[in-house]
Amino acid sequence: MILTNTTNYFAQLIDYLFEQMGLGGQILGYVIVAAIYLTFFAVAGLLLVYVERRVAAFFQLRLGPNRVGPWGLLQTIADALKLLAKEITGTERKDKLLYHAAYFLVIPAALIGLSVIPFSNGVQAYDLNIGVFFISAVSSVGVLGILFGGWGSNNKYSLIGGMRSGLQMISYELSAGLAILTIILMAGSLQMSEIINQQKDLWFIVKGHIPALIAFVIFVIAGTAESNRTPFDLPEGEAELGAGFHSEYSGMGFAYFFLAEFINMFIISAVAVTLFFGGWLAPFGITDSLPWQPLWGAVWFFVKVSGMIFLLMWFRWTFPRLRIDQLLTLEWKYLLPVGLLNIVLMAILVYYNIIL
Amino acid sequence: MEKIMFYLLAAIIVIFAYMSVTSRKLYRATMYLLFVLLAVSGLYFMMEYNFMGAVQLSVYAGGIMVLFVYAVMLTDKIGEPLRSIPAKWKILPVVVTVGTALLAIYAIYSYQGISADNEATVTTVEQVGEKLLSYEDGGFVLPFEVISILLLAAMIGAIVIAKAKKLVNQEKN
Repeated sequence: MILTNTTNYFAQLIDYLFEQMGLGGQILGYVIVAAIYLTFFAVAGLLLVYVERRVAAFFQLRLGPNRVGPWGLLQTIADALKLLAKEITGTERKDKLLYHAAYFLVIPAALIGLSVIPFSNGVQAYDLNIGVFFISAVSSVGVLGILFGGWGSNNKYSLIGGMRSGLQMISYELSAGLAILTIILMAGSLQMSEIINQQKDLWFIVKGHIPALIAFVIFVIAGTAESNRTPFDLPEGEAELGAGFHSEYSGMGFAYFFLAEFINMFIISAVAVTLFFGGWLAPFGITDSLPWQPLWGAVWFFVKVSGMIFLLMWFRWTFPRLRIDQLLTLEWKYLLPVGLLNIVLMAILVYYNIIL
Repeated sequence: MEKIMFYLLAAIIVIFAYMSVTSRKLYRATMYLLFVLLAVSGLYFMMEYNFMGAVQLSVYAGGIMVLFVYAVMLTDKIGEPLRSIPAKWKILPVVVTVGTALLAIYAIYSYQGISADNEATVTTVEQVGEKLLSYEDGGFVLPFEVISILLLAAMIGAIVIAKAKKLVNQEKN
């Protein structure tokens, strides 16, 4: 039974096209892979918006969108069409370049982060040898898009929203990084495919018992904060700041930020699933003997990611919003020291080989 | 393909570096600088030195640039364009820049030891970590420790600066 093979379907496609058509084929291959990812980006974004609204409605004993299409499935597509047709307005004397560059920084950051996530066995655009680190590095560039957007809007609420968002993302990146490091200590590799390969007998959340559980809790909290979701949605606290850094964006400008936010949530869930729950591996290997292995991998991956996303949505509609001092206290006085101690604990466990 | 990518990245670096220096809007200058840093990390990725590329992204693009953005917000009159510099002040920077560039080109061409390796080797994180903590020849443990002490001192300094007012007030009371 081979669980991880070295085939990468995207790389194979590009190689095949290169053999057939030379340099033009290679470029065509890159374009096709990029188009697949862009399509996934748009579809997943729209679907997540629908799911979010539906889940929110059920938590509040409402029905949610249920008129357009079966179960309201086409609601977000209708919304997207409406946003496309909207007039693009903005503030007077805004810094036009920064204002429009902002979403061109936020969207690629989310899209590039998506490219190193293994959706299934060999379904991964680029299996970097530093995969996990790459995702956290790229996501830190997205912060700048928010800061530029907040500044470029020439609106005090946008500016404060952008500042808060930057502050929050930088603070919580530390905790998320430490939680990831704890698992890296156990895996001994930063490569996504290698991390999954290590979990074929046991998922890391079970294998690393206590420190892995603590790391998971820290990662989920930090991930929620990094994607600016409630209870950490001060950057767009509607009672104080309108819509935060994207108050002054209309039409597609707003939609881009909205999509990127949901894709960031997807990335955080996917990283959590890859690090703690074995990525695309089937639980107890129950589908390993069936044909169409990559397809089953994708099925398991999306089932697990859906679970994580549901958890994040559950948070959003359960907890009240934090105050800014509570938010900073939580990070610097609790999560960071606990994360540091947790790394030491994990190092001791790995050194004496007490992991399961 | 590699050649095209290299020239594309090099063009981005040169153009945006120039724009970042000459831009009269401070906030835009930081954005141009961001593009320069991103293109440099692109060069690292092209050399298959992925770790360095990601470090460039997270430290420079993610860390230093955010610091710059916050620092720029603290400066005076950021919304208005900076005043232009009189021509006589421009001569010295131009002379220094051109001189440095000529010196660098001379140094590169007079150095005979470089032989370009056609095979790109992937540098792994393990190699970086082992070199960083090795005591042997070519090990980097001393610089590593020195930097650690420097960072610790900087952190303590930051705490002292942040708490100075509070401490003074306490003493007065």
